[in-house]
Amino acid sequence: MRHIISPTDLTLKELDDLLNLAEDIIKDPKKYSDAYPRKKLATLFYETSTRTSLSLEAAMLNLGGSILGFSSGDASSASKGESVADTIRVISSYADICAIRHPKEGAPYVASLHSSIPVINAGDGGHNHPTQTFTDLLTIKNLKGRFDNLTVGFCGDLKFGRTVHSLIGALSRYNNIKFVLISPEELKIPSYIKEQVLDPQNIPYKEVKSLESAIPSLDILYMTRVQKERFFNEEDYIRLKDTYILNTRKMSLAKEDMLILHPLPRVNEIAVEVDDDPRAVYFKQAQFGVYVRMALIMLLLGESEGRPIC
Amino acid sequence: MLNIGVLNQGIVIDHIKVGGAMKIYTYLNLENIDVSVAIIKNARSNKMGRKDIIKIEGTLNGINLDILGALDHKITINIIENGEIIAKKNPKLPDYVDNVLKCKNPRCITSVESVPHSFKLTDKEKGIYRCVYCEQSSKSVPDTITKI
Ligand SMILES: [Zn+2]
Repeated sequence: MRHIISPTDLTLKELDDLLNLAEDIIKDPKKYSDAYPRKKLATLFYETSTRTSLSLEAAMLNLGGSILGFSSGDASSASKGESVADTIRVISSYADICAIRHPKEGAPYVASLHSSIPVINAGDGGHNHPTQTFTDLLTIKNLKGRFDNLTVGFCGDLKFGRTVHSLIGALSRYNNIKFVLISPEELKIPSYIKEQVLDPQNIPYKEVKSLESAIPSLDILYMTRVQKERFFNEEDYIRLKDTYILNTRKMSLAKEDMLILHPLPRVNEIAVEVDDDPRAVYFKQAQFGVYVRMALIMLLLGESEGRPIC
Repeated sequence: MLNIGVLNQGIVIDHIKVGGAMKIYTYLNLENIDVSVAIIKNARSNKMGRKDIIKIEGTLNGINLDILGALDHKITINIIENGEIIAKKNPKLPDYVDNVLKCKNPRCITSVESVPHSFKLTDKEKGIYRCVYCEQSSKSVPDTITKI
């Protein structure tokens, strides 16, 4: 049984197939509207993530399937202290595929060990969130047309931002990628990302503090939220937060074809005035999230039925 | 009586990182096995500055000493027979160990559910094991070695 627990559970070839399928869905979503009419997706959300659950549910409905599941409000009553292992054994007999969101890291992996249906990790603590990474990759592929020869800037909270860590890992598999890591001192990328991902592969990267000075060189700018609770004191937060807010003035320094990505929800790190800029693709990115999840569900259901789609 | 200098028949676990001897003692459950044990803490070492040593007079049946490599990959194990070292080896690090190391990541599923604490060897050189659930390194938090 195939599961997707980490973004690297797909080989480069499989990832390519997934993204190609997703692009075909983008071109003609109707073609896939009856792909899996009798299949059920169970969404087991032990913590709330409205965006991710809606995106997965939309994906399954778009394929003609149906959905069932629970979300954190009723997670405790749904599981009644039951172990993840027991829950998944039961859910396996109700549904054909499932997606798990859990505050504890590794919970989806535990589920996959006991599941007879494919398990998709829909986010486990600060660990993995593969469908977000696939969404980011599809956005880059579709709008940039390539994964190599790119200078990619990450801005904001690079310390705790798992979407940043995963995307760096995923893009590191391609040629001639450069990273510009833009953050305050307090929120710099963890050293293990440098030691385990960047340095061993000799990937060029710069760590800088100013978005303004970094922005002209970027092909892609991946924005994240700078959360107040990450700072030791209010003054530091107030002093720094504006530095990492993207506005039209900073955008005037960027390349004409630079893309702005953001995993959403946004708070104030991208000024609303930027939304009308054609380079602001974060809402499109959210839409692509549904398509890539459709492709992923198709890939997993196809494999579990013994008829691979790629 | 155990002669700390020379063993007749037994095992010397040498080059233990300072402070690690009691953990290995606990892991091997030496307290409950009928053998004589000497623990030498903070001994001088040319190679490491300071080290711990455990000397065990007697035999440890059915214990895979390679597993100790997961606790401390720099140790050497000397097998003594008739007062002579007949074998000197570094543990061969197992690819996986179950319930030897304990994950100390408070956000890990192992902190709330009873699943085996499984670790995978990810860096042979440095002897780094990572939790199979959350990928936390066994070395990233000090004092991860616990008998569980
Ligand atoms: Zn763990």
